[in-house]
Amino acid sequence: MKDPDAHANPPVDGGELIRFDKVTKRFGDNTVLDRLDFSVESGRHVTLIGPSGSGKTTILRLLMTLTRPDEGTIKVNGDYLTHEERGGKLVPAREKHVREVRKNIGMVFQHFNLFPNMSVLRNITEAPVTVLGMSKDEAEARARELLELVGLSDKADAYPTRLSGGQQQRVAIARALAMRPQVLLLDEVTSALDPELVAGVLDVLRDIARSTDITMLCVTHEMGFARDISDQVLMFDSGRVIESGSPDKMFGEPEHARTREFLSAVL
Amino acid sequence: MKWDWGAVADFMPHFWDGLLVTLQALALGSLISFALGLVWALLMRTPTRWVRWPVGVVTEFIRNTPLLVQLFFLFYVLPEWNITFSALTTGVFAIGLHYSTYTMQVYRAGIEAVPVGQWEAATALNLPLRRTWTAVILPQAIRRVVPALGNYVISMLKDTPLLMAITVLEMLGQARLFSQEHFQFTEPLTVIGVAFILISYPASLLLRALERRLVR
Repeated sequence: MKDPDAHANPPVDGGELIRFDKVTKRFGDNTVLDRLDFSVESGRHVTLIGPSGSGKTTILRLLMTLTRPDEGTIKVNGDYLTHEERGGKLVPAREKHVREVRKNIGMVFQHFNLFPNMSVLRNITEAPVTVLGMSKDEAEARARELLELVGLSDKADAYPTRLSGGQQQRVAIARALAMRPQVLLLDEVTSALDPELVAGVLDVLRDIARSTDITMLCVTHEMGFARDISDQVLMFDSGRVIESGSPDKMFGEPEHARTREFLSAVL
Repeated sequence: MKWDWGAVADFMPHFWDGLLVTLQALALGSLISFALGLVWALLMRTPTRWVRWPVGVVTEFIRNTPLLVQLFFLFYVLPEWNITFSALTTGVFAIGLHYSTYTMQVYRAGIEAVPVGQWEAATALNLPLRRTWTAVILPQAIRRVVPALGNYVISMLKDTPLLMAITVLEMLGQARLFSQEHFQFTEPLTVIGVAFILISYPASLLLRALERRLVR
């Protein structure tokens, strides 16, 4: 298989790629993340588990800059994501800086969010052409490779509304990969799908996890999938990581009572 | 009262002249209202209230005052400041401006109807703001609002006789002129009445068909 993850500046393998430093996020009176510290090493496949409302999705949304932290900082590849240093002080970053750091991050959404006004092919080529400055031919050639990777070579000219949910989600994965991100954020990517379509999407993700060195950060309720692709599982509760470890440890012999309780409820 | 086909025949050359002016005013007025309405709608979304506030006040004012008053104002008051345009130009501009304050609300609704996930996907792909608007948001918003815009075109058609008040010889102006010269009112007024319905009814059918195709 071709390498869909050949990004321009591969990070030092195993180096720290993401760091949350005392990140607090509130929505009204509700503190979703409370001085959260956590980091992800490059190349890891990390799954965030925990009850709904525990702040897992908020972490992905913060990383994608869809929402901003109230306090604390996030670093990606050593650069502040939503802050920058100016005159020795840390100030909210300008759009230009955010865009530069954001280049390293891609995201796949629960509800796919494909652009319905564009063909499948253009959904995938739009950003590489307009953001990365890739030529149209090059972007299309690469889009076709990615469509092959997700098993949808015959759908290049179709429009998203003509596709099943599972097909749309596979296009969304191809679209995210086309930007060659170092980190792929997966936000409950199978929970809006009919049960019989889940397997196809999971197969694709498993394939990508195995064949590339992309860092993955997933929020999922598919414990089987978490166990299968991730090498690290983080258990969240009330905005904090209460336990983390390998999938074998987390699913086999969790230490924390809250983790055991959660797993017995979902497994 | 008796119907005189001769009068109809005499009126027809004037009718065609009037129809041409009506259609010109309608086409240009529509284009102005579509373009200007979009500009208003976008300005109303800028983060600074120093833009939103004046735009809001001006458009609210235009929307809530009668088109006829605006026509008179532009036609009779502007020349006092040495700004003069032909009657048709003034009329087209006034109609376009007036209707732009309606189309802006149509656009606003269309823009707000684009799911927030589309904005988020554009952010995740790092698309610049301008590109997000032109390639993602507006194509979806405009597709949704085409039928609503079309309804305003039909309203605008029915407002074009107001241009007669500033001496534009559109259909009603021609009918009135003819009536005054020949003392025959029934035939010219009937002809233009039929003309209005022959334009607006098929147009509304077309819009309904378009709506079925576009809004799904």
